[in-house]
Amino acid sequence: MKHVDEYRDPGLALLLADKLARAAHAQRQYRLMEFCGGHTHAIARYGITDLLPANVNMIHGPGCPVCVLPIGRIDNAIELALRQPLTLCTYADTLRVPASNQLSLMQAKARGADVRMVYSMADALRLAQENPARETVFFAIGFETTTPSTALAIRAADSLQMANFSVFCNHVLTPPAMAGILGSPQARESDTAPIDGIVGPGHVSCVIGSRPYEFVSEKYRRPVVIAGFEPLDLMQAVLMLVNQLNEGRREVENEYTRAVTRGGNVRAQELVAEVFELRPSFEWRGLGEIPHSAHKLKPKYERFDAEARYGIAYRQAPENKACACGAILRGTKKPSECKVFGTVCTPENPLGACMVSSEGACAAHYSYGRFRESATAGAAA
Amino acid sequence: MSAVKPGYVRPVDFNNGRVDMSHGAGGRAMAQLIDALFVDAFDNEWLRQMNDQASFAVPGGRMVMSTDSHVVSPLFFPGGDIGSLAVHGTVNDVAMAGARPLYLAAGFILEEGFPLAELKRIVESMAGAAQEAGVCVVTGDTKVVERGKGDGVFITTTGVGVVPPGVDISGDRARPGDRVIVSGTMGDHGVAIMSFRENLSFGTTIRSDTAALHGLVADMVQAVPGIHCLRDPTRGGLATTLNEFARQSGVGFRLMESAIPVRPQVSAACELLGLDPLYVANEGKLVAVCAPQDAEPLVAVMRAHPLGRDAVQIGEVIADAHHFVQMQTAFGGARLVDWLSGEQLPRIC
Repeated sequence: MKHVDEYRDPGLALLLADKLARAAHAQRQYRLMEFCGGHTHAIARYGITDLLPANVNMIHGPGCPVCVLPIGRIDNAIELALRQPLTLCTYADTLRVPASNQLSLMQAKARGADVRMVYSMADALRLAQENPARETVFFAIGFETTTPSTALAIRAADSLQMANFSVFCNHVLTPPAMAGILGSPQARESDTAPIDGIVGPGHVSCVIGSRPYEFVSEKYRRPVVIAGFEPLDLMQAVLMLVNQLNEGRREVENEYTRAVTRGGNVRAQELVAEVFELRPSFEWRGLGEIPHSAHKLKPKYERFDAEARYGIAYRQAPENKACACGAILRGTKKPSECKVFGTVCTPENPLGACMVSSEGACAAHYSYGRFRESATAGAAA
Repeated sequence: MSAVKPGYVRPVDFNNGRVDMSHGAGGRAMAQLIDALFVDAFDNEWLRQMNDQASFAVPGGRMVMSTDSHVVSPLFFPGGDIGSLAVHGTVNDVAMAGARPLYLAAGFILEEGFPLAELKRIVESMAGAAQEAGVCVVTGDTKVVERGKGDGVFITTTGVGVVPPGVDISGDRARPGDRVIVSGTMGDHGVAIMSFRENLSFGTTIRSDTAALHGLVADMVQAVPGIHCLRDPTRGGLATTLNEFARQSGVGFRLMESAIPVRPQVSAACELLGLDPLYVANEGKLVAVCAPQDAEPLVAVMRAHPLGRDAVQIGEVIADAHHFVQMQTAFGGARLVDWLSGEQLPRIC
C-alpha cells in the first residue's frame, strides 16, 4: 500500500534496531513513555518491543480518551440517556465503558435508552437535522484531535439555528496531563513513574503543534520526540530520545515532520478558541483533578451545552477497588501487574477502561502481547 | 356473464407489488407466491410434489448437515446478494467436512412491505447459485412479519451432503508441525459490505468473494484425502477460524504476516476504518490444515482451481498449552492474533 508500506519496511526496521542497539548504553535504563494510546496500540500490534534493546522500556501513557474519562462522567451520560426522552450519540468505544451500578451505555441502550454509535460528529448533527422533533445530544470525548470537529458541529448548529442539538463536552487537553504525569505539585512523588523521556502524540500535535510541549523540556527537564503512528516512526522517535538522553539534551524534537509543525493547525486552534474555553479543573481517571485540562462551551454557545440544558451535575464515582487502571494510566504499573488482568477483566468483560478501548494499555497488551508472559512463565516452570 | 376467462387468477405483481401479511398466512396468496416465485425459480422434482417435506434417497456413508441464517445488510452488495450468500454459506459449511453438498432447505422471513421485485431478484439469484453449485432447494418455508419487525428479508438455509469414504476432516485434528494454507486473499467480503453500509460509503472496487467452494474442496480431498482441518473463515475472519482450531485441537499456531494474502484495496480500506483484515469476513475462501508433507501438493492442486488461484502456506501448528495464535509481523516483531472481542469497531482518535 503506497505511502504506508514505506513506513513498515522490515529491512529499515532491522537497520534502526541495529542503530538503537549500538546507541543504547548497556549500563543505563531508558524509561520512555509513549503518551498516546495510538502509539501503545501500534507498539503492540507490530511487536515493536521485540526490536528494542532490553534496557529501553516503553511505559504506556494515558493518551486514550476513553480510558481517562472518569466514571462519574459516564454515569452522567447514562442518566441523561435513561431519564430524558432524547437520542444520545457517541463514538463506539465509549458505549462499552463500565460505569456505576454495573451499567454501561450499551446496557442502558438494552434497557431502552436511545443511544447511537456514530463514526463522526457530522453523523450526530445529521441525525438531529433529520429528527427536528427529537433532542439529540452528542457525548463528546477526546483529546485535541477531535475537539475541532465538535467545534465545527456547534458552529454549524448555531448557523442553522438548531434547537434540538447539544453537546455533552468532555474534551481534554494533552499538555496539562503530561505535566500531571511528570509530577505536578498536586501529585505525590511516589505516585509518578520514573520517566526519562516522552514519545509525544502525533495526531494531537498536528492540531496544537510542537510548541505546547516546550515546557516539558524547560520545566520538567525531559526530552520529547513527537512521533507518527507507523512502526518506523516509533522506532525512529525512540532512537532520537535515546540519543538526546545520551547527549544530555532535553529538547522537543519532531520525528513526524510530514504532518506536524511547531505552530500546528492554526485554523483549527482558532475554531476551538472561538467555541470553547478552559474549565478551571477537570477530573481524569487515574490522574485526579488537573487544572485547566479540559474544555467547556463558551457562554455564547451555552444553548448547545448539554450540561446547562439538562442541569447535569458531576458526581465523583468510586473506582472498582481491584482495578489498577489509575496506576496503569500514570505508568506506575504494567497491565500484567494488575491482579484482575486477563482473569476478571478481559475485553469481553472489562472492569476498567484500559481494557475497553483498543488504545487502552490493557486491551493492547491482552490482544497482542500476553503470550510473552506465558512464554516466560513456561520457561521458568 | 363475466368477460373474464374462466380459471383466471390475477398474476403476482412482481413489478410494483409488495409483500403483505397474506403472503405468509397460509391461504391462496401464499400458495400463489410459492408457485409463481419459489417453485418456478428452484424448479425440481421434490419441490414440484408440493409436500411439506422432501423425501429423497440417501447414498451410503457418512452424511453431514449444516444450517446458516443470513441477515446481511445491505441485501445487495458488490459481488453478490443475500440470495447467493445464503446458498454459498451453507454449501460451504457442508463442504468443509470434505462432503459433496446435495440438498438445501430454505426458510424465508419477509418483512411486510418488502418489494416483490427485490424478492424475485433475490430468489432468482439464489436459484442461480444453487444451480451453479449443483444442489437443489428441495423444501422451504415462508413467513411474513409486520413492517418494522424485520429487515427486508432474512434467509435460513440448511444443507445436507455426503462425505467420500476415507475422508475425516475436523477442527480437532490439527497437530504440531502441520501446515496452514489459505485459498486466497483475506477480507474481501467484509470490506465490500462495509463499503456499502450507511455512514461509511467510500469508493472501492472491491467485490465480495462469495462463492461455493465444494468444487475446490472435492479437488483437494481427491489429491490429499488426509487433510486434517478445513473451514471457511466467515464472520471473525481468519483470526477467529485459527483460534477455533487452536481450541478444538489443543494446539497453538505461528503465522507469517508477510505470507497472508490481502488485496491492497482491502488493506487500504481496513487502514482507513481501523480494522484488521485478519478479522474481516470472507465468503469464498477456506483455511486448510494438513501434514507438512501434504502442504505442497495441496497448494498445487488448489492453485489449479479457479477459486484457489492464490492459495499459499501462511504458517504452522505448534505445541502451546495456552492455545495462542501468534504471528511474526511483517515488520519483524511478534504479536498475538487473539479472539475478536466485541465487534470490530473503528478507532476513535
